[in-house]
Amino acid sequence: MKRTFTCIICPNGCEVEAEYEGTTVLSVSGNLCPKGKAYVTQELTDPRRTIASSVRIKGGELPLTSVRLTKAIPKARIFDAMEEIRKVTLQAPVQIGDVVISGLLGQDCDVIVTKNVGRKGDQ
Amino acid sequence: MKRQAVIIGGGPAGLAAALRLREKGIRDILILEREHFPGGILRQCIHDGFGLTRFGESLSGPEYAQRFIDRVRAENIEIITDCTVLDVSPEKVVTAVGKACGLLRVEAQAVLLTMGCRERTRGALATPGTRPAGVYTAGVAQAYMNLQNIMVGKEVVILGSGDIGLIMARRLTLEGAHVKGVFEVQPYPSGLPRNIEQCLNDYGIPLHLSHTVVEIRGRDRLSSVVVAACDERFRPIPGTEEEILCDTLILSVGLIPENELSLAAGVRLDPRTRGAFVDEFCQTEVPGVFAAGNVLHVHDLVDFVSLEAESLADSAAEYLLEGSLPLCGLEVVAGANVGHVIPQRFSGARSFTLSLRVRTPLRNVSVVLRQNGQEILRKKMRKALPAEMIQLPVKAEKLSAEGNLEVSVE
Repeated sequence: MKRTFTCIICPNGCEVEAEYEGTTVLSVSGNLCPKGKAYVTQELTDPRRTIASSVRIKGGELPLTSVRLTKAIPKARIFDAMEEIRKVTLQAPVQIGDVVISGLLGQDCDVIVTKNVGRKGDQ
Repeated sequence: MKRQAVIIGGGPAGLAAALRLREKGIRDILILEREHFPGGILRQCIHDGFGLTRFGESLSGPEYAQRFIDRVRAENIEIITDCTVLDVSPEKVVTAVGKACGLLRVEAQAVLLTMGCRERTRGALATPGTRPAGVYTAGVAQAYMNLQNIMVGKEVVILGSGDIGLIMARRLTLEGAHVKGVFEVQPYPSGLPRNIEQCLNDYGIPLHLSHTVVEIRGRDRLSSVVVAACDERFRPIPGTEEEILCDTLILSVGLIPENELSLAAGVRLDPRTRGAFVDEFCQTEVPGVFAAGNVLHVHDLVDFVSLEAESLADSAAEYLLEGSLPLCGLEVVAGANVGHVIPQRFSGARSFTLSLRVRTPLRNVSVVLRQNGQEILRKKMRKALPAEMIQLPVKAEKLSAEGNLEVSVE
């Protein structure tokens, strides 16, 4: 089978033309680096994505902080991940890198804070 | 008061420029920022993918910004927030007003224009119809959702396939909205291919090329839009109209460098980039006034904004320490298939980075640089898209001190 993949690993966005049999990649062309082949293999066997979202903050100088996943999770679990993230409310202050959920959905993946938010009124 | 360097705008370009100026030994720096927090647009760009070039890792916008903010604070570089610059004179007097600082008048030896860009709006499109609530530019919707925790709507149509629109298609979907489709008037997407893939295709959101919104309907709140197919000259084709029920229309129809202050300073703008005409030192035609980042030309990656601002700061530091920069008497000419080039002038004596965009999507082409009819550089590309800025380092030893440089993609 032949298919063209748009590699999403970096902004080059290579169009990788892949020939494959089931989940075995026979050949790839069009990728500028080896990550292209790895991406296609991953897409055929177990497509994964990271997501970013936000969580509520109590007593903060802002109502929200932003969060992201530290590792990609199976694409099919994205909306489950959003459900878990939506349950969280944090207390200010929070710092970049604070772990909000560790081992999200049993995966080797944490949800971490990506924006510093101080207490309301503090300078 | 007096300052060696006044930086207008504390976003990615301004912060990177300030840090590089300090590294080059410039002590007396002032950053003026309109918002309450530095960081610019990155504060609301919570998705990841920033910093791959710069830091070799995939960061969110706020994290990318914080790395620069932390260093600016550690270096004790003066930054005034909640402070709006009202005027920059050709004599480099900066007038600003702010909550804490009151009215400021700063005489600068060098002014760094790093104000970024803003979004094209419904007004610029002149879309017919009523004027209901529920019509937002992508960046405004992003600010509501990511900064203020306000959901903008439930049934969404997106006009334009710019990157922020694509990012918002995914964000709205994750937050439970139904994005009915993205409509792009051009026959190709204006956002990056990876964003088409991971923001639309991943979520089954259809992209309709050569389509536009021809009418906006609704009394208080948006109730529907009418879309239609367009011909190659972007004219709607009668008979193809279709009404789509929705409560929200997101516009992602282009970014415009924000250059009102540049004009006040006497800086001449290039109609192709809508940013300043600059030489290889990022210097505008007003000596001592420099520009970099999205105020100069709209970038697709923040990593390149930081790099360009650092290159600006190298030159601005040289200007401050040496009193002047080499004359740039030669012109860079945009040839076949090239939409615009930065810089527009060069000296012929030094290496510099050339930035350009192609006018239409091309395959298996080469970017070719010629000076005095001689080919001095050729770079092959499998694909060249208007969505992707192309950058090429041009080495001084390849250049001669006479003759314009012609850039073409063929």
